[in-house]
Amino acid sequence: MNAPLDAILVGILLTGFLLLGSSRLVSCIRTVALQGMLLGFLTLAAAERDAVGRAAVLTVASTAVKGFVFPWLLVRVLRGAQVRREIEPLVGYGASLLVGLGVLGLSLWLGTRLPRPDPPLSTLLVPVALFTMLVGLVLIVTRRKALTQVLGYLVMENGIYAFGAGLVQEQPILVELGILLDVLVAVFVMGIAIFHINRQFDHIDTDRMAALRDWTR
Amino acid sequence: MTAPRFVPPLLALACGPGLVAIVARTKARMAGRVGPPLAQPYRDLVKLFRKGAVYGATTTWLFRAGPIVGFATAAVAAALVPFGGLAAPLAFPGDLLLLAYVLALGRFFAVLAALDTGSSFEGMGASREASLAVFTEPALVLALVALARLGGTLSLSAMLAGVGPAAWAAAAPALALLVAALLVVFLAENGRLPVDDPTTHLELTMIHEVMVLDHGGPDLALVGWGAAVRLWTFGALLVGLAVPVRTGDPWVDAAAALGGMVALGVLTGLVESSMARLRLRHVPQLLLGAAVLSVLALFLVLR
Repeated sequence: MNAPLDAILVGILLTGFLLLGSSRLVSCIRTVALQGMLLGFLTLAAAERDAVGRAAVLTVASTAVKGFVFPWLLVRVLRGAQVRREIEPLVGYGASLLVGLGVLGLSLWLGTRLPRPDPPLSTLLVPVALFTMLVGLVLIVTRRKALTQVLGYLVMENGIYAFGAGLVQEQPILVELGILLDVLVAVFVMGIAIFHINRQFDHIDTDRMAALRDWTR
Repeated sequence: MTAPRFVPPLLALACGPGLVAIVARTKARMAGRVGPPLAQPYRDLVKLFRKGAVYGATTTWLFRAGPIVGFATAAVAAALVPFGGLAAPLAFPGDLLLLAYVLALGRFFAVLAALDTGSSFEGMGASREASLAVFTEPALVLALVALARLGGTLSLSAMLAGVGPAAWAAAAPALALLVAALLVVFLAENGRLPVDDPTTHLELTMIHEVMVLDHGGPDLALVGWGAAVRLWTFGALLVGLAVPVRTGDPWVDAAAALGGMVALGVLTGLVESSMARLRLRHVPQLLLGAAVLSVLALFLVLR
């Protein structure tokens, strides 16, 4: 049993629940940043002895991007968009936490069903990765603000990254770089989308877009 | 050398008010005041016990039973929880459920006594107390169940005796989650700050204090002493987890636990000095968060 690895994984689980339960957008962004940093250290903790150098580079890169660059970009967007908190999510915070527990149970069950890499680094790794992905999905589905949905997208990406981190010694570095690039592009796209939505409609509440209709009357 | 088993409840009865005093002292120091002397809660108890009781014309025996049952249940709870390495006098498989529900019984009678007065303010406090209890109960019981699973035993004394450095090394994340969850339960169950303000006297905002407004004299003393014993009992549970000193010599372990209790009192005072009371509708979210931590710990130990 790898104790620091387990502690980091539990930390990632906790950030997931924090995201489900908090209403202030700034603290959501900080939580995602923290999750990104934890993921960076996860790579380091999961690395084998002979791959520590490579893992360290990956840790620095992912901590810098996920822990500092993204939050900075998102806080800038937030300042421009003049929203402070998610007012009325489709599913309340308490209910979201319960959904989170259900999702956690599901991922733990799935984690026992999936084939594991040999030898498994930690029995928690696969469930935590699945949980993080599903939390991202829940955020995307149940929150109204485009910014929270972007955060959900990022969290999903974090989950995929965690999945990859467990296999870091078997993966070529190209795949890892690809993941980072992937996230970067995704955030750019979403940032541009928010910018345009914001410019067009003066707010980023996606529910109001459903009220758009043709001039038929 | 084994310690006599009646030491933990006697400690709770004797030192509970002292823990309250430590919290009050810390808060005063943080606010730049000298604060009351550490013996103040004891003096208050003595003063109240020497007074006569006054009962409203509308109250029945329920109102008189409330403080007595509250104190008796707190004392029974104190007899269930071991203190450091000192085993509790009452220990049998399944006593963790007795602990949770004997405390719930005390709360039930406090609520009944508050409703019995017919005062609308006390009814409001009673309704808040009862509704918040719905949220603290799963957090507490699930934490105890996780602990039982971790120790492989259903007796509180045995499971807390097993939480040594070895257990922390083997299951540190789960134990840390349990400590966090029980800390929130500790604050909520004892009406401490993020949930309830023990010093406020504005009827609209308080929970626990508003329920005991009509009690006076010996009844109020029993309520206050019972609350102090409850605080000590929950504290002993929390410290038993968070201070993993199990040398085998019960007196050394008890001394470490005593140090832990003082630290817990100071920590509570610091929390109370640095946080504002949560708005009532945000409290369930906090308690639900504690329950989530407990479930998470349970999942981790079940794995």
